[in-house]
Amino acid sequence: MKNPFETEERRAFRETVARFVEAEIKPFADQWDEDGEIPWELHEKVGALGAFGFGIDEAYGGLGFDDCFMRAAYWEEMGRCGAGGVPAAMGGRNISVAPIHDLGNEDLKMRVLPNVIAGRTGSSLAITEPGGGSDVANLKTQARQDGNHWVLNGSKTFITGGMKSDHIVVAARTGGEGLTGVSLFLVDHDSPGFSRTPLDRKMGWWCSDQATLYFDDCRVPATNMLGEQDRGFIAVMNNFNLERIGLVAQCLGMMKLCLAESIAWAQQRETFGKPMIRHQVIRHKIADMSARIDALEALVNQICWAVNESANGDDMPVAEISKAKFHATKALEFCASEAMQIMGGAGYLRGNAVERTYREVKVMAIGGGSEEIMRDLAVRQMGL
Amino acid sequence: MKLLVAVKRVVDYNVKVRVKSDGTGVETANVKMSMNPFDEIGIEEAVRLKEAGTATEVIAISLGVQQCQETIRTALAMGADRGIHVLTDDVLEPLAVAKLMKAIVDKESPDMVILGKQAIDDDANQTGQMLAALLGWPQGTFASKLTANGDSLEVVREVDGGLETIKISLPAVITTDLRLNEPRYASLPNIMKAKKKPIDQMAPADLGVDVTPRLETVSVVEPEKREGGVKVETVAELIDKLQNEAKVI
Repeated sequence: MKNPFETEERRAFRETVARFVEAEIKPFADQWDEDGEIPWELHEKVGALGAFGFGIDEAYGGLGFDDCFMRAAYWEEMGRCGAGGVPAAMGGRNISVAPIHDLGNEDLKMRVLPNVIAGRTGSSLAITEPGGGSDVANLKTQARQDGNHWVLNGSKTFITGGMKSDHIVVAARTGGEGLTGVSLFLVDHDSPGFSRTPLDRKMGWWCSDQATLYFDDCRVPATNMLGEQDRGFIAVMNNFNLERIGLVAQCLGMMKLCLAESIAWAQQRETFGKPMIRHQVIRHKIADMSARIDALEALVNQICWAVNESANGDDMPVAEISKAKFHATKALEFCASEAMQIMGGAGYLRGNAVERTYREVKVMAIGGGSEEIMRDLAVRQMGL
Repeated sequence: MKLLVAVKRVVDYNVKVRVKSDGTGVETANVKMSMNPFDEIGIEEAVRLKEAGTATEVIAISLGVQQCQETIRTALAMGADRGIHVLTDDVLEPLAVAKLMKAIVDKESPDMVILGKQAIDDDANQTGQMLAALLGWPQGTFASKLTANGDSLEVVREVDGGLETIKISLPAVITTDLRLNEPRYASLPNIMKAKKKPIDQMAPADLGVDVTPRLETVSVVEPEKREGGVKVETVAELIDKLQNEAKVI
């Protein structure tokens, strides 16, 4: 569909990412996923495209501008690579650089950001805990001040990029219960008292290094606090918006992949004396998938426009983003399931993109805010 | 050293081309278009020469419809300094392109012109050679390695059965082969910088060139469809089919 907000630069960037995915990721995605990791070189190659620098000043290696359409284009094209673990393995930094950039002190930003944005080092965001995922306001990890340091105790889990990241943005409790007592810290991987273990038996995202992180009297310099004490919750919530748009756009790319694979298979495979694409039952599935893709694409464009407008003082479209998140994962669930039905037995075999996409529906529907939390947030935004 | 690089807008190499229903040519409506891959190699080589300090300016030239500006922008995002667009909706044959290029060379006085060895749409493989003849310049075609030494160039050429190394003097015309280099991706910072780089636009008439085609396309047809294979049970059956059906033995 033609995008009314298209510009030459947006088109050119999308094309760059699409070509990169086609040549540098797709041919290797199966093998990397089976191997359980991607080569670090890929982080640096994607860094060289400029894809990690949105919203970051040029002084810290960033682009010096932001554009939600380009962010979405990156995630959509990555979603088409056929292995969600690949962008996930690089994606810890996408959701952690904003708090470092917006809330960190000058020395810390100069030390951390240029390397992370170039892809030479990695960073992660650590919010979710073993004792509770979606209930961010009630997180249990504690931080207490000890002279010029903060001492962290607790653990975090399902942390994307957690095994390989050099820097981790950690939400910990510095004050009383509830949302007013949470602060953010930058924890370096070599901090005393920090350790981690891999979550390596996942349903999908096999090549992504999800981890559980442990903080046992983990000491970080007081200068590593990001932003004001006890004011971390709002920063976490704000950060979720762009993460969720990325996930929605990735769903769109995965849906387009499902459709393309379905069409290719239906044209090639013959049943009952004619190509599958000539059977009405298959044609209707193609139509239903395609209609959902069109609808989501239009919604993504509208939200990207609204997010860009919010830089000029408009409100962030929080309700729309929340609704788009569960709308997208439900549409992806439909498309992945229909694609599996069209592929039949061939789709059930490991080593094809539809099988993997079907397994990866759930990480999209749970990660970055579950469908249930998204619905709740959307209704709260309606003032109910 | 000043470099001119030709960049042609062609049907993307991933697109499965189809013949128009009236048989007059290849369908280009609603088809993804991109820079000719051999021209990408040309831009990459020019930008590398600039990065190495050998070249001082890289100018990307495209001839054709308004959308050729996109192709020039891609070249600018890869590192070219400025663009020249000769705007025309007419069909341009290799000789017309060579004449237009010569007129631009006369204006710009470059030290080297780099072109793809051929474009992946018409596969003519003529423009570089014609341009060299019109200019009276030496040519290094099918280049797989390029080394600049002061006033001369060492060019390794891909020829039948191996590689040929020649030394030619500047100014010269170079056409690129596949193995000359691996073109870079246009990064986002460079895409944004390309937006501010100038593109001069002109018409063939401004260059005093008549681009009227000299060839007439009689017909364009799809290649014959390959029929599916069959399995034979015995050697005797195979020989029978080769003799009586395929008639090859």
